[in-house]
Amino acid sequence: METTPNIRARQELERLEVIAGNGLLGRRAFLRGGAAFAAAVTGYTVARSAAAEPLKDDPWSLGMGAVTPPLQTPSRFEKHVVRTLSNPNNELRNSHARTPHHLLNGTITPNSMHFSINHSGLPDIDPEKHRLVIHGLVRQPLVFTVESLSRYPMESRMAFVECSGNSAPMFSNQPVQATAQALHGLVSCSEWTGVRLSTLLDEAGFDPKAKWVIAEGGDALALHRSVPMKKALDDAMIGLYQNGERLMPGNGYPMRLLLPGYQGNMNVKFLRRLKLTEGPAMSYYEGKIYSQLLPDGKAYRFHFLQEVKSFITHPSFGLKMNGPGYYEISGIAYSGNGRISRVMVSADGGKTWAQAALQEPVHSKAFARFRAPWRWNGGPAVLQSRAWDEAGNAQPTRAEFVAVRGETKKPVTNLLAFPNQHYNSITSWGIGSDGEIKHVYA
Amino acid sequence: MSTLKLVLAFVLALVLGSGAALAQTPRLGQPISEADIKAWDIAVMPDGTGLPPGSGTAVQGARVFAEKCSACHGEGGKGSPLAPAPLFGGAPLTSGIETPKTIGNFFGYSTIVFDFVRRAMPFSQPRTLTGDEVYAATAYLLWLNKIIGENDVMDARTLPQVKMPNRDGFIIRFPDKI
Repeated sequence: METTPNIRARQELERLEVIAGNGLLGRRAFLRGGAAFAAAVTGYTVARSAAAEPLKDDPWSLGMGAVTPPLQTPSRFEKHVVRTLSNPNNELRNSHARTPHHLLNGTITPNSMHFSINHSGLPDIDPEKHRLVIHGLVRQPLVFTVESLSRYPMESRMAFVECSGNSAPMFSNQPVQATAQALHGLVSCSEWTGVRLSTLLDEAGFDPKAKWVIAEGGDALALHRSVPMKKALDDAMIGLYQNGERLMPGNGYPMRLLLPGYQGNMNVKFLRRLKLTEGPAMSYYEGKIYSQLLPDGKAYRFHFLQEVKSFITHPSFGLKMNGPGYYEISGIAYSGNGRISRVMVSADGGKTWAQAALQEPVHSKAFARFRAPWRWNGGPAVLQSRAWDEAGNAQPTRAEFVAVRGETKKPVTNLLAFPNQHYNSITSWGIGSDGEIKHVYA
Repeated sequence: MSTLKLVLAFVLALVLGSGAALAQTPRLGQPISEADIKAWDIAVMPDGTGLPPGSGTAVQGARVFAEKCSACHGEGGKGSPLAPAPLFGGAPLTSGIETPKTIGNFFGYSTIVFDFVRRAMPFSQPRTLTGDEVYAATAYLLWLNKIIGENDVMDARTLPQVKMPNRDGFIIRFPDKI
């Protein structure tokens, strides 16, 4: 038998205003429902509450627990919440690890689950021997150590980092059946702490003729990218800490270039050299991989920006609905152009929309978590999210995106391949009457 | 502190302006000469700036390739399970947005080939090739792509002059960001 507060919560929920097709509820649902409402909508199992079993002590409540370790790791019951790997045997090629967005929540990616792409493995860098040199069109070439940079004025900021190949499976002309991790797992968000690059460039005394900075890593292939001085003098940072601790090796230990909102590959990891020049290097990565081919055979060069994007993480492919009733639609939105200003969600494939609530504070060039209450009636539904940024850019529908950028001629079968780059359209999750969630185009 | 001194300090701060922020940093960068950076200063620019001494032809490069590259890239650059993509040829870029990019159909500058071979190859022993070997391997790859002749000598002067077929195939996406 249901307890009285539960019945009250359900009655409250039944009265909530449906503001868009297929059961999307008003944002006020969050405010009115309070804790009881949250209990009823969180997760995917509470829609039909049977009476709870009598409570008793479990074994873990009846004895001394385990040792408190120096470095804590998640519960053994969370072992499935891991990154997925493209090259687990470390063959002589690049390797990717993707963030499990459908199993996480909030706006910060835990360091152990930040995505990572390494083009020549992970270098084992001794921070005492690591050096960063700034040279080229400067008054005085300078060398910095990790220790010396640690004495500079620092700043902390939230920023997402996204591989420009993230979401590339969606270039497929048929929707591939894959989790948000497989589709969108090459983006993560952290609080980064470090030294403003402009501080160091001022110290070296840059020549006004310098229009580019060539940033190079200390990894085996000395990955290098050209960064406009405009960005270097704007919000670029030498990142030293990630969510409070030193950078993870896979995220550039002991230091990386952080270019908020710019394509991941430009945020050069293991940063060891910055050369100021008049022109760009036209490096392999900017001249080949990260110049994306257009349908007419031309290619974009220097795309830089990770444009406005959002995707629903809950519910999404890989999770399962547990009967009709109340659910919270939740997901991530971000833009390299600044703050997310608005996210709309649809439960009927984009015919009608409701405004989602944005978790405050909303940071510039960082993950914004959006949430919308939804009453699933048990029938077919297509969930979508669409984001806008403060610069007024709207996330394109898939049809709008593909009209400009094209799609593959054959369905993509290898989820680890990158048919093209810089994909940011709406993602659609189709929900069947059986509760199965599929990736669909709508 | 007297009022006069306070006013003076305020005026001084105004005059110093932006310099004040800089003065607050510890200035711990150690001076170094460009000569001492040379071992790291390996980026080759599209105009050839940064190219080292040395030279090579495709004929010489075929030998370098067979010895140091074909284990991964396959005989004659045809690809192998380790590195499946052929290093030459490629469909016209109008064949679809997923068309594999090659030196012949995509690269805008010959220096990209030289720079990447020098910095990253052989993959397990990067930066072990001599200048002559890199020029020869680069010449071989350009020849495989039918861009230069078998006996054309590639060096710091000739390499940047090689006109790549797709040199004009690019659109700057966000010119205002540069």
